[in-house]
Amino acid sequence: MAKKFGIVLAFALTAAGVAGSALASTDVPSVPGARLVGMRRITQDQYRQIIADVFGKTIKLGGRFEPDQRDAGLLAVGASQVSVTASGFEQYDDMARAIAAQVVDEQHRSVTVPCIPRSVQATDDACAGKFLGSVGRMLYRRPLSQRELAAEVKIASDVADRLHDFYAGLSMALTGMLESAQFLFRQEVATADAGDPSHLALDSYSKATRLSFLLWNSGPDPLLLDAAEHGELDTTAGLSKQVDRMLASPRLVSGVRAFFADMLGFTAFEGLAKDPVLYPKFSARVAADAQEQTLRTIVDLLLRQNGDYRDLFTTQTTFLTPLLGAIYKIPLTTPDDLPDGWVRYEFPQAAGQAGIITQASFVALHSQPGRSSPTVRGKALREVLLCQKVPDPPGNVNFALVQDTSNPAFKTARQRLTAHRSEATCAGCHKIMDPIGLALENFDTTGAFRSLENGMPIDVSGEIDGLKFANAQELGKAIRDNPAATACIVNRMYSYGIGRSATKEESSWIHTNLSKDFASGGYGIKVLLRAMATSDQFYRVTKPEIRAEIPTSLRVAFEGEHK
Amino acid sequence: MNVAAQLGRRRVLRGMLGGAAVTVGLPFLDCFLDGSGTARADGAPLPTIFATWFFGCGLNPGRWEPKTAGKLVDLGPELEPIRPYMSKVNVFSGFKVPLDGKPAQPHITGRIAVQTGIVAAAGQKTALPSVDTIIADSIGTKTRFRSLEVSCIGSRLSESVRVGNIMNPSEISPAALYTRIFGADFRDPNAAEFTPDPRVMARQSVLSGVKDQLADLQGMIGAADKVRLDEYLTSLRQLEQQLDLELQKPEPLKACSVPQKPAGELPPNAEVTTMQTNHKLFVQLIASALACGQTRVANIALTEGLSTLRRSGNAVIHHTHTHEEPVDPKLGYQPNVTWFIGTIMGAMADMIATFDGFREGDRTLLDRMLVWVTSETGYAKVHSTDNIPTLTIGGANGRVKTGHHIQTAGDPITRVGLTVQQAMGVPVNSWGSDNLATSRTVTEILA
Repeated sequence: MAKKFGIVLAFALTAAGVAGSALASTDVPSVPGARLVGMRRITQDQYRQIIADVFGKTIKLGGRFEPDQRDAGLLAVGASQVSVTASGFEQYDDMARAIAAQVVDEQHRSVTVPCIPRSVQATDDACAGKFLGSVGRMLYRRPLSQRELAAEVKIASDVADRLHDFYAGLSMALTGMLESAQFLFRQEVATADAGDPSHLALDSYSKATRLSFLLWNSGPDPLLLDAAEHGELDTTAGLSKQVDRMLASPRLVSGVRAFFADMLGFTAFEGLAKDPVLYPKFSARVAADAQEQTLRTIVDLLLRQNGDYRDLFTTQTTFLTPLLGAIYKIPLTTPDDLPDGWVRYEFPQAAGQAGIITQASFVALHSQPGRSSPTVRGKALREVLLCQKVPDPPGNVNFALVQDTSNPAFKTARQRLTAHRSEATCAGCHKIMDPIGLALENFDTTGAFRSLENGMPIDVSGEIDGLKFANAQELGKAIRDNPAATACIVNRMYSYGIGRSATKEESSWIHTNLSKDFASGGYGIKVLLRAMATSDQFYRVTKPEIRAEIPTSLRVAFEGEHK
Repeated sequence: MNVAAQLGRRRVLRGMLGGAAVTVGLPFLDCFLDGSGTARADGAPLPTIFATWFFGCGLNPGRWEPKTAGKLVDLGPELEPIRPYMSKVNVFSGFKVPLDGKPAQPHITGRIAVQTGIVAAAGQKTALPSVDTIIADSIGTKTRFRSLEVSCIGSRLSESVRVGNIMNPSEISPAALYTRIFGADFRDPNAAEFTPDPRVMARQSVLSGVKDQLADLQGMIGAADKVRLDEYLTSLRQLEQQLDLELQKPEPLKACSVPQKPAGELPPNAEVTTMQTNHKLFVQLIASALACGQTRVANIALTEGLSTLRRSGNAVIHHTHTHEEPVDPKLGYQPNVTWFIGTIMGAMADMIATFDGFREGDRTLLDRMLVWVTSETGYAKVHSTDNIPTLTIGGANGRVKTGHHIQTAGDPITRVGLTVQQAMGVPVNSWGSDNLATSRTVTEILA
């Protein structure tokens, strides 16, 4: 425990070490011409990660979050459109108070508070300022202005006076910081770009924040803030140095996991249940393990092996727990000292696996509670992995041809859907979803392999965009070789980083630059991240986008209000 | 208690809180209520309450509508479970969402239209404030909670939209809802003694500081982010309101009885028995919260629009049945779908029974409520937005006449939403856009 605190202490003291310059900083928000060009609510995972980074992993959160919302396929984009509701604010308040109380309690204060007050029963503005200045810099992702810091110290002082408790004062001031819009929203500030009147330039701290959340899914560390403070991120060499440092950090794993968990829609697991009568092996623990299996597969292939992104659709290498082994019908041998642990596993070809698209995290997530759904799976393959939007079904559709599974004429999903596709209004969309979804029918709603459905052999052949395949493995190969798959991840990664869909100008740049860098780098994820994070484009804000960033939904409200 | 008296009391308490904690022994001020408990001492009735109750995938056309228009004298077979409460109910049939030539997003277009009065553009999930938030902003600003939202199937999303993508999240666990309402920050209005916590005032000063920081963003923020920041500020003020109330001795409420922590809650999911169990617990808690003056607006979502309700051991969910199940030629309807409808209508009857079972003198809690029941679809089998079932339940303190069947041949459903808003005192004369625009209230039910 002492060692752990030592690590936190180092982090906190590093922050405190720059507190001198932080305390002396100028009023950042009041830079003439500064504009707020982005405001993203931090996600649940980011909140957790920041608290662990700044105060240590022993701090418990004690509260629950508002649900994050997905837009354009990503929570990272939805974060640019949400606010904090009354119910959400109550919860942030509960969490802030719980966190702040722990940070200054007797167990933690020797590590988290970089000074000892003259008296624990009285105010000590110097010590309070030192703590709040250093912590505030980490939470606001920039130094506090002198006015901000003075206000925080005054709160701490007033409360300490009233309650005769120095640490209660610190705790209350910290609570306020954790509830502030400056912490809860990633605020991106831009100023006029002197060299290019058609663009604005993100300020250094906003650059650091965008970079840090992209690579680490957390706020900037003290070194990155130092680099921002010294203007290093405004030079090619300085930016590259920081990007390379961050790509080499173990924290990159958190960033990559967060991106793929977002892209693959894993928040939907929160409400996922399978009928326990029909599928007794599936449990909440299995659902958690299924996500972890896929994330471990991704991290191993893309970071440890430095592999090709496209191989995620064909790889036979994965990681399993005994619970997952039961789902996949594989007897697993685990080490004696880790009976519930993870083991690396190589699927035999006969298992029919096709990388992440046949793992439980995909086939179970995109199914119904009691049965598989080729349509839902096909839609997910198109929308999640190929970024191809499937139109909504039309209204007033006659579903009379779709019969229930007890109908002896339609025993398999393929037979039922073929009947449905005979309806002209349905055929257009179903033909782009069903054939590829049917290729995954060897995997039931939990991910277990099967070769029969209602006693009938399952036919998993089909075609995708004119290319025929015989089974899921050949489908995986077809997706691997489909240019849409690599274009999709590049676009998603860029949107994830900037918090909105790309503009036309950006899309053109992505196509002509980023995608090529990705391809020439062997489709390595680090190559993609580096190309993006070191580019000027990633930090560029064109003026029209400030208006365009208003989402359609809000624009209706705003324009209605101002007619 | 008048405002001046409240302020006076608050100031006194604040003065006493300058130093250490104090206990203020206040007598049980029965004089604030009249003898029956149905009104305050100044003769004003207890406040009117608004609630929504939402279910997905509609009802079977021809099987729920009363045959007779005007006075409610009969019910379609699917509404039979609410027969004991016919005198407290209004049924609206034949109301529709005209699509204005726009593509329908199944289970979404209808919901947005009913709740916000517009036909959404393709891909648009939300837009304008929903009726409940308009009403909450009108009547819910002085209570501890502006509104409470619950989902009975485990989804934290809700139909309660403030603006854009900003929606009030649902509670999915009755125990969590209990803690939120009746936990440490709850002040029993009928407690003989009242002990204000000096830390509450410290928390107020913290929030004041947080609010001050927002001034830094003035002048540098775009229009869309301003909308979002305004919502953040509104939420912050709601917490300030809660803290304010924690420093005041609450007004006694005879019908308020602090409930026990709910027992028997099931891990939330869409299995029917689980839904029914948790729905009953939620409704009990909400009734207690309303009777104890903690909020004046509640939103209960039984299912989502695309109903994922399922029977244990059955592979097919409610929504899938609506599309895949053949109409039984002998029965004339889809048997499995109709079974789900039966469970939904049964839950609605449970809800009404609970609210009507809370006595407040010679009346019930339901008598001062207006519960607006809606779905998002007419005939779910074909994703129809015609003839969407909707009801109102309760007399809203005499503002709404009950026991009517309002039958139209395709009037915009916004007529009902407009009427509900007017009944709750929102100063609005017209509502909705394009073909959903209306200024015609359902005058038959307005007292």
